[in-house]
Amino acid sequence: MHTKSIKELAEGLRSGEFSSVELTQSFLTRIKQHQSLNCFISVTEDLALHAAKQADGRIAKGDTSLLTGIPIAQKDIFCTQGVKTTCGSKMLDNFVAPYNATVVEKLNAAGAVMLGKLNMDEFAMGSSNETSYYGAVRNPWQTDSVPGGSSGGSAAAVAARLAVCATGTDTGGSIRQPAAHCGITGLKPTYGRVSRYGMIAYASSLDQGGPMARSAADCAVLLQTMAGFDGKDSTSVDLPVPDYQAGLNANLNGLKIGLPKEFFGDGLNSNVAAVIELAIKEYQKLGATVKEVSMPNLKLAIPAYYVIAPAECSANLSRFDGVRFGYRCANPQDLTDLYTRSRGEGFGKEVKRRILMGTYALSAGYYDAYYIKAQKIRRLISEDFKKSLADVDVIMGPVTPSTAFGIGEKIGNPIEMYLSDIYTIAINLAGLPAMSIPAGFAEGKPVGLQVIGNYFAEDKLLNIAHQYQQATDWHQQIPKGFE
Amino acid sequence: MTLTADDVKKIAHLARLGINQQNIASYTKDLSGMLQLMTQMSETNTDGVLPMAHPMDQTQRLRADEVTENNNRNNFQAIAPQIEDGLYLVPKVIE
Repeated sequence: MHTKSIKELAEGLRSGEFSSVELTQSFLTRIKQHQSLNCFISVTEDLALHAAKQADGRIAKGDTSLLTGIPIAQKDIFCTQGVKTTCGSKMLDNFVAPYNATVVEKLNAAGAVMLGKLNMDEFAMGSSNETSYYGAVRNPWQTDSVPGGSSGGSAAAVAARLAVCATGTDTGGSIRQPAAHCGITGLKPTYGRVSRYGMIAYASSLDQGGPMARSAADCAVLLQTMAGFDGKDSTSVDLPVPDYQAGLNANLNGLKIGLPKEFFGDGLNSNVAAVIELAIKEYQKLGATVKEVSMPNLKLAIPAYYVIAPAECSANLSRFDGVRFGYRCANPQDLTDLYTRSRGEGFGKEVKRRILMGTYALSAGYYDAYYIKAQKIRRLISEDFKKSLADVDVIMGPVTPSTAFGIGEKIGNPIEMYLSDIYTIAINLAGLPAMSIPAGFAEGKPVGLQVIGNYFAEDKLLNIAHQYQQATDWHQQIPKGFE
Repeated sequence: MTLTADDVKKIAHLARLGINQQNIASYTKDLSGMLQLMTQMSETNTDGVLPMAHPMDQTQRLRADEVTENNNRNNFQAIAPQIEDGLYLVPKVIE
């Protein structure tokens, strides 16, 4: 059952081949068998079985939602009412959310069965899942490697078939990079497409939730439910959500692909480059044409991001003060001591580093030199994309410069870790949608192809990914030991 | 641009963020490294470029000033570290 697509599972549930309770039970068993991957922070077994029972009732009454009875898992950044929501931090180790995120609300309403809450980098700050208070997640393809981050638990769980699909969030690559490292399909939608309500904020002008699954077809089902306008999110965009299933089968004849030369320069591992070049050849076979484009300001994306994201993080995370919810230090001497020690003891090192950086960038005397300057660079990067996308339909390139690195390899050198996000970060600054698609292997580890589209072109991205997945079977590969 | 240990202590104070004495040196090194990375930005001319705060260049959506939520105080305070009579407790501020 764990190798079937959402559509196949929905058919199985309706033909009586298996019930949602049986399906859910089988995934719960797999989760227990593979605990050593450390994908889950919380497994909500009782709630899952209860939801599965209700889903079976709905299906018996003729419910047709594709997600009804399908076992999924939520990144622990999404608030789940009555269920611990930690965001991978000691600060929220005792936090039981008093309400549901809109994404959770919508998936619950669609009948999806939540198996539990997935491990992640603390407050989504990290590219390896090693900054989690709950420990590193292991990559099922090579268990001494990182799964990527920050949605590392989501990617590893889907790759190891511990959940049919999962939610993720992407501020600088946090859906695409772990999807690439774990050989699954991930979509970061256009900023504003998926509601941020109840999604714990890191950098509000960059954060965006999205689907992570084995195939583009499964991502399409998940996004269909996740996307849409939400009055509770002030930056939610009020545009109709297209039927993502309907567009999957359009042929790619005449598709114009832009290849930014800056994505293929120094720093890109040659084995990864070879996989990406083969994937692009496959697209040419499917009828696409390629053209070189240029992103002259790409190299400035990392410095601009590491001003803007920490600046927004320092403001967002000021709410964690030991007063209303979350961790509070023991025996505070006075109010300043309460704030300082609760935050000092509750946050981990990477979060502190970014709060300090953001506080500095926003402080008097440095605001113009860093924050305003970074926002101007952000405009230049966004203009680069606009120019390129006026000429081509989509931009393609690698997701990461190398395959998954070893656990412990980069955690001591934060700058080196930041530089590994070079191909994903610019997309968040521009607010564009982008996908990571399994495209092959290098050194025995998965490689992801990145496809970047114009604003609200999620339907086109899913179509482009689906057509590739009809012609290749990289997305169907299962890591050894998880068959 | 490099920071000193005193700079880091000052920033930590602004952020009301406790950091261990023995970690100050490593934060100083990391933040200086980040600032080094940022010098690339100053080499790029951005005269006349409008700062971009938000990907959609949206204006803030407004709604009618009507009560739409129920009072959830008890629910929200159930997860507070310390409350009394519906109030959040903190150490005494005024003697």
